[in-house]
Amino acid sequence: MKIYVPRDAAALGVGADQTAEGLVAEARRRGIAIELIRNGSRGLLWLEPLVEVDVGGTRVAYGPVQAQDVAGLFDADFMSGKPHALSHGATAEIPYLKKQERLTFARVGITDPRSLEDYKDHGGYRGLAAALTQKPADIVASVTASGLRGRGGAAFPAGIKWKTVLGTPGVQKYIVCNADEGDSGTFSDRMLMEGDPFVLIEGMTIAGLATGATQGYIYLRWEYPQAKAALEAAIAAAATAGFLGQNIQGSGKAFELEVRMGAGAYICGEETSLLESLEGKRGQVRFKPPLPAIEGLWGKPTVINNVITFASVPIIMDRGAEFYQHFGMGRSRGTLPMQLAGNIKQGGLVEIAFGMTLRELLYDFGGGSFSGRPIRAVQVGGPLGAYHPESQFDTPLDYEAFAAIKGMLGHGGIVAFDDSVDMAAQARYAMEFCAIESCGKCTPCRIGSTRGVEVIDRLIAGENAAQQEAILRDLCETLTYGSLCALGGLTPYPVISALNHFPQDFVKPVRASSAAG
Amino acid sequence: MLDACARLKKLPGALLPILHAVQEALRFVPKDAVPLIARELNLSVAEVHGVVTFYHYYLSERPGRHVVHLCRAEACQALGSVALEAHAKASLGVDFHGTTRDGAITLEPVYCLGNCALGPSLMIDEQLHGRITPERFDALMTQSRERS
Repeated sequence: MKIYVPRDAAALGVGADQTAEGLVAEARRRGIAIELIRNGSRGLLWLEPLVEVDVGGTRVAYGPVQAQDVAGLFDADFMSGKPHALSHGATAEIPYLKKQERLTFARVGITDPRSLEDYKDHGGYRGLAAALTQKPADIVASVTASGLRGRGGAAFPAGIKWKTVLGTPGVQKYIVCNADEGDSGTFSDRMLMEGDPFVLIEGMTIAGLATGATQGYIYLRWEYPQAKAALEAAIAAAATAGFLGQNIQGSGKAFELEVRMGAGAYICGEETSLLESLEGKRGQVRFKPPLPAIEGLWGKPTVINNVITFASVPIIMDRGAEFYQHFGMGRSRGTLPMQLAGNIKQGGLVEIAFGMTLRELLYDFGGGSFSGRPIRAVQVGGPLGAYHPESQFDTPLDYEAFAAIKGMLGHGGIVAFDDSVDMAAQARYAMEFCAIESCGKCTPCRIGSTRGVEVIDRLIAGENAAQQEAILRDLCETLTYGSLCALGGLTPYPVISALNHFPQDFVKPVRASSAAG
Repeated sequence: MLDACARLKKLPGALLPILHAVQEALRFVPKDAVPLIARELNLSVAEVHGVVTFYHYYLSERPGRHVVHLCRAEACQALGSVALEAHAKASLGVDFHGTTRDGAITLEPVYCLGNCALGPSLMIDEQLHGRITPERFDALMTQSRERS
């Protein structure tokens, strides 16, 4: 009997290891033979630890299962898929999952992330097989035709980046994966690396074939130790099986891959400071041009993309650009793994084609707030994303539609706040965060962020409020137009959106606490 | 430490991997280590110092027996992390970057642990914990202290 208990960090954080140990011990006590598989998470995070039992080929879900629930599950004969208070029926039929369009996350939660065989049995390495029969320019053409845009946040067309690297001569080129997923409200990179690390490795290998790069690096944040373990195990397995190394599947093509750990700097999610960090330096932003595609890591042509971007490439190569391009709306093609987070009842990963509205995501998937109070504000796109009031909840999830309301989809993080939120405190925190994480290279970001905190403090204290607001808006304009990178450039998004949509929060005469919040 | 340098210094961009190895072995990066690493990598002391102090993860002082990273980011704020942070500081009797008087716990801020659907979150050493309430925080601290 196969029983699945996720090894995903979020599941571990609510006791999945204890649940797994409990299942093994209880099965032994009852003399029942079980095969325990530590899968990735299905992304129904409010149900973690989600235990699944394979009943005649159908996986039946129980959750959240704590160690103390285990004996009761055996008593109810959950091994035969029998009902129990924690039962959710067949996993694949759970509406939250059934309504999704999982392309990039097709295998996450289904396969054993430590098993290369399982990966191959579920369609893995078919994209690489296709790529190995094609010329580099044809691979690049497929990625371009798929409409895939960088999933890290900036949404730059991946194919154009790859084409630049392919067309730039160089004895050594690099593929760099940005796995420094620092945006609050996002965890899709983590879930993918922990749940299906091989798909990232395959995507990066294809990028190497497409551009002539032979060395890859995954720059991973230190906060993700489970992802590190999963990636390192998968890289070793792939190398042993000839999917990495000097002669990939007998093609004569080489691609080596290494995981490098970050050290807790949000700015290193910015591509040029990430490259500086990989080179062993302070993660300070570089001037552009030159673009990393021309002079990247150690001055060599470098493809640098986010985890989800690379992980979307194998299915494009396997099923064709047309198949992928068919999903989505406008210039946002394919799917985006959205992450429902913060004060939300049913938080988790929702991979859907672009075009669904924020409201559908918050209520149809998310089930409203966790606290049961009305959702008052939603921050979309991480700490540099705007705060949206309910009047904007009908905006479709599409890069251009969010840009049009002075917001951004970014990496797909959605953080819900209920009506207890103090938006002036959120605006202040955005400035404070920028001050803490600024790399210090450009003045608007380095000094402007600290001045921003001070101005907001005076504004909410009611000292010449109208004047302070004018100063704050002016300062934000300086940050927007004068900063070198997106940290300083976009910090005004959460600040100004909070001020524009929730002005009443800035005028309370006496505040209980003006501290970070 | 010299062993870590010898093992890793041939890597391109070796400084961060070496600092990680040092912190893994000693739990912090002692000030005395900086000139040694600089010498091994043929860098200036200022360059190595600059890197050590740039990144939040590297600790320049010896931490308590357990390091607790408490998430301060927005998704956790939406679930009450500001109050949790105040509780943590009060119950441990330290501010961020401080170590409890019994030397058991060092409290550090962190900006997102990637557990944003099940916050508020914290990490004790390398173990993530979600859905933290003040009561659960206290229980985890007691457990950590007992674990020595």
